[in-house]
Amino acid sequence: MLNDYLPIIILLVLATVLGFLVLIIGALFGPRRPTQRKAAPYESGMIPYGPGTRRISVRYYLVAVLFILFDIETVFFLPWAVVFRQLGWFALIEMLVFIGILLIGFVYVWKKGALEWE
Amino acid sequence: MITGILFFDVMAVLVISTSIGMLVSRNAVYSALFLVLNFASVAVLYVTLGAPFIAMAQVTVYAGAIMILFLFVIMLLGAERLEGESTIRGQRLFGGLLAVILLGELTWMAVFQSGLSPAALTMPASDFAGPTQIGLTLFNTYLLPFEVTSFILLVAIIGAIILTKTDNIGKRIIRPGKD
Repeated sequence: MLNDYLPIIILLVLATVLGFLVLIIGALFGPRRPTQRKAAPYESGMIPYGPGTRRISVRYYLVAVLFILFDIETVFFLPWAVVFRQLGWFALIEMLVFIGILLIGFVYVWKKGALEWE
Repeated sequence: MITGILFFDVMAVLVISTSIGMLVSRNAVYSALFLVLNFASVAVLYVTLGAPFIAMAQVTVYAGAIMILFLFVIMLLGAERLEGESTIRGQRLFGGLLAVILLGELTWMAVFQSGLSPAALTMPASDFAGPTQIGLTLFNTYLLPFEVTSFILLVAIIGAIILTKTDNIGKRIIRPGKD
């Protein structure tokens, strides 16, 4: 049963090995001559000023929350799509009700201007 | 059978060690990354239990989307570093006591109630909880909970908007003539 997942395991192992390989090669062969200018935090080539943390708009959080909510909505599509032919019209109507309720939320989000970035 | 148990043992060790790593890390970002590993290894457990759809949902929704939200909160608040030891008095003792009680309960359930019969160790069929099974159950037996889910998501959408859309209201109060 788990043999079906062998490609994923191979991919995981390869990705891990590659990641470590890059780090090891860099550590072995890379020259390290740090100067004060090189060790400074990079900020688009400008001289950094002020603390690194500052207050960030709560809108980023709103976008993340909305993304998760519509993400969960799409998760429900997969089992529906798989059994669509078996269940037919009844499941289609059920799904339309589900989407319809969430469409109200989508219209609300749109009308409230939460998707716009001034 | 033996390889299955061995595999489960390895995954169980991974799950437990990543959760301990999450709790012990002093940097909240490291905790979040340990939690990603934990979600991923739990997803592997779901696969071994014959629930590939739940495993994929675990990876995409939990390890993907929800962890993004966690990292967002950690970084937006600048709460990466824990400030020293600011625990409630007797918190550790109480927590340890509760953990011991829980462990005792689980052991009692596993050893004395179930009797650890070999039948409990056999793996279910690979399509035990595949997308087809989930789809059929969801749209036949659990129709109402499925529809209720959409209402819960709707409430969450409206709640998110109301909680975060305060800045626009403030702007409107300050500049009433700009509409």
